[in-house]
Amino acid sequence: SMGSFAEASAATASNGLYDIPKFGHVSFLHMTDCHAQLKPIYFREPSINMGIGSMEGNLPHLVGEYLLQVAKIRPGTAQAHALTYLDYEKAAKRYGKVGGFAHLATLVKRMKASRPGALLLDGGDTWQGSGTSLWTNGQDMVDACKLLGVDVMTGHWEFTLGMERVKEIVEKDFAGKVDFVAQNIKTSDFGDPVFKPYVIREINGVPCAIIGQAFPYTPIANPRYMVADWEFGIQDENMQKMVTEARGKGAQVVVVLSHNGMDVDLKMATRVSGIDAIMGGHTHDGMPVASIVSNKGGKTIVTNAGSNGKFLGVLDFEVKDKKVSDFRYKLLPVFSNMLPADKEMDALITKIRAPYESKLAEKLAVTDGLLYRRGNFNGTGDQLLVDALLDVQGADIAFSPGFRWGTTLLPGQAITREWLLDMTATTYSYATVTEMTGETIKTVLEDVADNLFNPDPYYQQGGDMVRVGGLSYSCNPVGTMGKRIGDLRLKGQLIESGKKYKVAGWAPVAEEARNQGNKQVWDVVETWLKAQGGRVKPRKLNAPKILGALPNKGYAA
Amino acid sequence: MRIRAQASGDKATVRVLMSHEMESGQRKDASGKTVPAWFIQEVTANLNGKQVLAAEWGPAVSKNPFLQFAVKGAKAGDKIAVTWKDNKGDTRTDEATVS
Amino acid sequence: FAHAAFNKAAFDAKSVQDAAKAAGAASMAESKDVTITGPDIAENGAVVPLGASTSLSGVKQLLIMVEKNPAALVALFHVSDAVDANFMTRAKMGQSSDVYAVAIMNDGKAFWAKKEVKVTLGGCGG
Ligand SMILES: [Mn+2]
Ligand SMILES: [Mn+2]
Repeated sequence: SMGSFAEASAATASNGLYDIPKFGHVSFLHMTDCHAQLKPIYFREPSINMGIGSMEGNLPHLVGEYLLQVAKIRPGTAQAHALTYLDYEKAAKRYGKVGGFAHLATLVKRMKASRPGALLLDGGDTWQGSGTSLWTNGQDMVDACKLLGVDVMTGHWEFTLGMERVKEIVEKDFAGKVDFVAQNIKTSDFGDPVFKPYVIREINGVPCAIIGQAFPYTPIANPRYMVADWEFGIQDENMQKMVTEARGKGAQVVVVLSHNGMDVDLKMATRVSGIDAIMGGHTHDGMPVASIVSNKGGKTIVTNAGSNGKFLGVLDFEVKDKKVSDFRYKLLPVFSNMLPADKEMDALITKIRAPYESKLAEKLAVTDGLLYRRGNFNGTGDQLLVDALLDVQGADIAFSPGFRWGTTLLPGQAITREWLLDMTATTYSYATVTEMTGETIKTVLEDVADNLFNPDPYYQQGGDMVRVGGLSYSCNPVGTMGKRIGDLRLKGQLIESGKKYKVAGWAPVAEEARNQGNKQVWDVVETWLKAQGGRVKPRKLNAPKILGALPNKGYAA
Repeated sequence: MRIRAQASGDKATVRVLMSHEMESGQRKDASGKTVPAWFIQEVTANLNGKQVLAAEWGPAVSKNPFLQFAVKGAKAGDKIAVTWKDNKGDTRTDEATVS
Repeated sequence: FAHAAFNKAAFDAKSVQDAAKAAGAASMAESKDVTITGPDIAENGAVVPLGASTSLSGVKQLLIMVEKNPAALVALFHVSDAVDANFMTRAKMGQSSDVYAVAIMNDGKAFWAKKEVKVTLGGCGG
């Protein structure tokens, strides 16, 4: 199917991609989950992103051709490549890298030129995900976002820099420039708001409220000690209160800048009324069309703008009689070959990276196979991590968290230290080795599976299944809690519930783990990479046998 | 204790943070011996010296307990006093002014 | 003000039913007029914010319970005319469980509401 566009030039492919007519009076530009990727990268979208229960067969749980059908996008086009894993390697070579703040900046400027007064919203997961963001405590991204012209922001991984650092950025760097909003973060003593719940900004004379919804499960998905004085949660009731309050203050347009994850956004849209749009992130779903949700107050638009700087969402509203009367939505892919680098942003990125450039560029090996992360169960990039952990740590079993950030390498590309950090850089990436009983191992897998496949999205946390090395298992996504995982085997032998196994892992959330003097996971993996003699063979994906739930339009493995 | 009492409309919302171990009686120490339960059993609250609330608590209330309730008819300047008594007989009272 | 002594039988009872009975409940029925508030997923199983309230008149006691705790009853509030029948506290939970608000009326009838609170190991994310 690559033949359909193989003869067209990149310039031809870009024709029309960014020339979208302006509509209405009020526009929002939305970026989310860039995970500190300042430079263009490759990023393969998932071939497995299953929806179960009421979510089955619906956005965002459509992959490959199923997604293109709903979006009415032809396979083989640039847009189809941005949105799907289809013919990934060939298409990636053809269309080149995606994202990069210098290219995103050009697109933002173009959109702001055609849409004067448009606000740029940043959905969070911006200050984490790269070597430079880790080494500069997020300062690289803070400076880049200020130059990009972010107006309003909410957060998730930001909080893993610790409460004090977040407050420092919000109160000093962002003062008078960027509003950090979160209606669902309160102090854990008396429940006082930690951040502004919302802001009201005028766009072309129309008062617009932007309400922040930070990731509700930060203290669960990430170490709680990093946000010890704060409480999170979904907080529907307070959201409704904020919507009503903002409307009462004259807001004619109400937008929620959300880091709920899309399934949670869709449910929230049924429960809270008076929101015109929820522009969401966290689950990294690049959704080419808006979902429309009915509630007792009318209708709410739900969008999700992907990850890694790969997309910019553009939402235009027409406002009549002091309320929204119509809208247009476009999800624009950021192809770095089709958008020239913005000079000023490019210079800032070069300056930010200069002290670290040689360290980042160090070549640890060359990959013979495609390395990617995203997908419900495993990715070849994670397979590399668990293979390395098994070998270096001398473990029976290895676990790697089901993070959805991390970039892609094409066959023949160098595995640099930069890529390794793109896959692993957090403020708690300690490599662990733990003795676990067979029973505990099953409990861990069941717990994560319930966080991914619970039929009620409010009980989900928005990550993928823990990646597993050494151990084979089966998974029934439509099973109930405690009954999804089965047939756990190590080298063909069934796991014994009372027997202890040596399990390697990384990124523990427990507070004790930070004082144990453990190595960082990238050091462990680097040891392994350097021992491969320059080339890393294609990884053999260890994925569970899926029982039930198939066929599914979110499953194309 | 930290007490915050805020009037709004015809009532005051009172929030209290107490300082207590609230040992569950389920936990074992390093030698494997069960640590005996030690917890706040009774909580009372007074508005200007008149009792308005009585509660009984078990060991499943969290360490450094939190309590929220609303007193009808309380207004700014009124005194709210909260008292707890634990299963060892220890007791403590603190007072706050409604704001 | 009727000051009750510590109801040891109610706090020793294992089940929701037995604890309510020990607190004076003669019959139990689910009711939309009773509300239990709590998180869908606990941020910390040792500190789970739970609230019980009711709009019913004639309520004598409001109970907060965690079904799967070793003993279900967490807290018992005596409702007077001087306070709203609306209380919040924070509870320990060892595992995922339904949590209950039980309103016991002056005539001994008890009305309840429940919701699920998940206690998870955590540690993954998008
Ligand atoms: Mn993210
Ligand atoms: Mn996130």
